[in-house]
Amino acid sequence: MVLIYKGPIDVDSLLSRWYGAEHNRNYGAMVTFVGTVREENGIEALSFDIYRPLLEKWFEEWKRKLEKEGALLAMAHSEGDVPVHTSSFACAIFSPKRRVALKMLEAFVEDFKANAPIWKYDVVEGKRIYAAERSTPMAGSGLLAKGK
Amino acid sequence: MVKVEFLGPIGKSPIEVDASTLAELAEILKKDAEVAKWLENSAVAVNDTLVESLEMKLNSGDRVSLLPPVCGG
Repeated sequence: MVLIYKGPIDVDSLLSRWYGAEHNRNYGAMVTFVGTVREENGIEALSFDIYRPLLEKWFEEWKRKLEKEGALLAMAHSEGDVPVHTSSFACAIFSPKRRVALKMLEAFVEDFKANAPIWKYDVVEGKRIYAAERSTPMAGSGLLAKGK
Repeated sequence: MVKVEFLGPIGKSPIEVDASTLAELAEILKKDAEVAKWLENSAVAVNDTLVESLEMKLNSGDRVSLLPPVCGG
């Protein structure tokens, strides 16, 4: 299950929780990625909408993919406003040896960017502005524009 | 009736329409100026499963979701 935070992720407690839950299960590697909101273009925060039912399906598929390689996946994401210099996304992959975790982390994060049903907004002067130019159409987009 | 929901930045309340296939639904949505501009780059889910064919049959009570371009993280 994806952990959803209202607002920023408490990174310290999350990473120590993940480590604490798995370090004695004989995984030789824990690889983490934490995404932190940068100060740029005068934004105060980023803000996120999530469509949970499809996010959960997408995540479970990735979990199964990693299980086949003997690896374990954990993920957290924020909903709502996340101020600059706080974090909105975290994931961890545990694997018996380092190579699987290092390789799969990149593949997972790239697919996350392209296909996880999450929408991003810049927050400027308290207003949410959809980050259209940084967003990617999901696989299969445009179906309803076809036809007659 | 089929329920259509518009996710994320589309920012429109759900509507109920009469459509027996996705192709029929597409024709209805193309006439809605507020929605039409999103069709080109939105993915489509029926009852929370992403779909790829306009021929797909819709049954009364189905829920269709439009998912515009995403950007997590």
